[in-house]
Amino acid sequence: MSALSLRGIHKSFSANQILKGVSLDAGENEFIALVGPSGCGKSTLLRILAGLESADGGEIVVGDRDLSPVPAADRNIAMVFQSYALYPHLTAAQNIAVPLVMRNLTRLQRLPLVGPLMPGQRKAIANIKREVRDMAASLKIDHLIDRKPGQMSGGQRQRVALGRAMVRRPAVFLMDEPLSNLDANLRVHARGEIVELHRRAGVPTIYVTHDQAEALSMADRVAVMIGGSLLQLASPQVIYDDPQHVEVAKFIGQPRINLFASQAAPDGTVAFGDIRLRSAEKLTPGTPVTIGIRPEFVAVNRNGQHGLPARIDRVEFLGSEIILYCRLDAIGETVIAKLSPAEGTGLAVGMSVRLEFAPDRLFVFAENGRRLPSFPMSADVALETANG
Amino acid sequence: MSAQTFTLGRAIRLFLLSFGALIFLAPYIFMISTAGKAQSDIFSSSLSLIPQHWSYIANFTKALTRVSMTTLLWNGVVVCALIFVFQVMIAIPCAYAMAKLKFRAARLMMVLVMLGLLVPIHATALPLYVAFDRMAVLNSYFALVAPFTISVFGIFLFLQFFRAIPDDLIHAARLDGMSELGIIGRVIVPNAWPAITAFAIFSVVAHWNDLYWPLIVISNQTYATPPLGLLYFRAAEAGDDYGALMAATLIITFPLVAAFLLAQKRFVEGITMTGLKG
Repeated sequence: MSALSLRGIHKSFSANQILKGVSLDAGENEFIALVGPSGCGKSTLLRILAGLESADGGEIVVGDRDLSPVPAADRNIAMVFQSYALYPHLTAAQNIAVPLVMRNLTRLQRLPLVGPLMPGQRKAIANIKREVRDMAASLKIDHLIDRKPGQMSGGQRQRVALGRAMVRRPAVFLMDEPLSNLDANLRVHARGEIVELHRRAGVPTIYVTHDQAEALSMADRVAVMIGGSLLQLASPQVIYDDPQHVEVAKFIGQPRINLFASQAAPDGTVAFGDIRLRSAEKLTPGTPVTIGIRPEFVAVNRNGQHGLPARIDRVEFLGSEIILYCRLDAIGETVIAKLSPAEGTGLAVGMSVRLEFAPDRLFVFAENGRRLPSFPMSADVALETANG
Repeated sequence: MSAQTFTLGRAIRLFLLSFGALIFLAPYIFMISTAGKAQSDIFSSSLSLIPQHWSYIANFTKALTRVSMTTLLWNGVVVCALIFVFQVMIAIPCAYAMAKLKFRAARLMMVLVMLGLLVPIHATALPLYVAFDRMAVLNSYFALVAPFTISVFGIFLFLQFFRAIPDDLIHAARLDGMSELGIIGRVIVPNAWPAITAFAIFSVVAHWNDLYWPLIVISNQTYATPPLGLLYFRAAEAGDDYGALMAATLIITFPLVAAFLLAQKRFVEGITMTGLKG
């Protein structure tokens, strides 16, 4: 059973359709990263889930309860904002205590002056204080507890924001790019911490980011959203190795995947250099297709006879790897290759090389972007089909 | 700053500023001086700032005894406080709704606020007077306070300030379980002190010094505000005793001057933060 499911969420701002029927299921304890370029609607989806925006259509189900008509205050959904959104006039401890105060105290107990006269108020407040102290200790911010947000660094604020979200044990945990305001070193460190916190909390988590490294490294499953639609929801490895849409392939992967426009050959296969690919469904000859291959599956052959002749345009040395930008002699397209430093030594701009592509790593995408399942044909079979 | 040398340019600037300040302060200085002069001093042909016979005590005694100064000041405090409290209680929720909530009439309300800013009290004074007369509420605190409880200026000022409060903060408050009123009380007001203090100066100064409206609705001395009391004092008691009159004026202006001097820093902070020039 899924702990959280979104069914067919629609949203438009005037004539602008932001979400085009997004459906998504998250299991207990699952960490889902919602990734996509800016403006793809991922933050809007998160806000709809939290109840801060209303959807034009669709259902939000948590547990077995439809949350669509429930106001944000009663959804028991916690969110960490990109800006942290800490209350500037309250100390860290008071910030963390707010959701507990709002939930555990009655309306009368919360009132100034009258509150302390209400029965049970003192005990409830003592409980809240203890929970806040425990939360601060587990986040290692106990020494900051009396500081106001203005006197804290970005990383410290982020922890307070995490504490405020987690302290009340929400049903769903949402994060809207919580790391994007941190500097690069801290960000990598904070990734691990958030994953650890998620495991301890054991609550379905939706994590919105535009950083694919964050999405791939943290999530159980990655949801790639482009142009208001959810194109693929799968484990990080499947997303990377087996993209179901050309936009997913383009968005995930650094450096970017190589894409070549091509057409189905007269025999219905797709040819790329001396490699022939047969699609599971028969292609009409002349159908436009796109062929894709990740840079790490492009090999450089310096003086052999195999592969497509190309010229090196640019060499980027990145320490653990070398990125090569080559121009294919035949069609003038740029191909990016990712090499280990050992493979790349001695390569220089202007050199002529031959590029070899791993046949079983070629993707074929239809004109509408959908992936066409395909497999390479061995050379003799290819020859046979060509003759027959 | 301290290391700055005393150049010619700086001297000229300082001179110009001091000169300007002196022009603004001159009437007040002259008032302080007159309050200490005896009748013969005031009407002597030579003009001097230092009184020849110090009669501060005599003048202040006259001012304090001939008119019930405590009633005047108390009325001023009550009227200004009531007006300010109601204005804030109405303007803050209203401005919050206009700045942060989406509803259909928001644009219409904005237009109404703008229109409200354009209509002076003098235009509505007569209908209000007639209405209050029919309701038989003239000569009461109600008549002094009611017309000013909704301050479009206040709404406008808070609106500008609230627009700068990040939406995420409001969203976080909603997720933390606060109602809209809870958000106003727990998030908006504690963060709006600069705007509230700025508005306090405008409101309190305007209504403490207001003579026009009290003159219309008050004819009974027990409800007179300070400026109105001063008017009675001049007409009925002082005649041409300007020394006593100036002493009374000093007493009446003193609370505002003292309050401003004490809270000067916060006031200036508030005005600069709201981006509004006083």
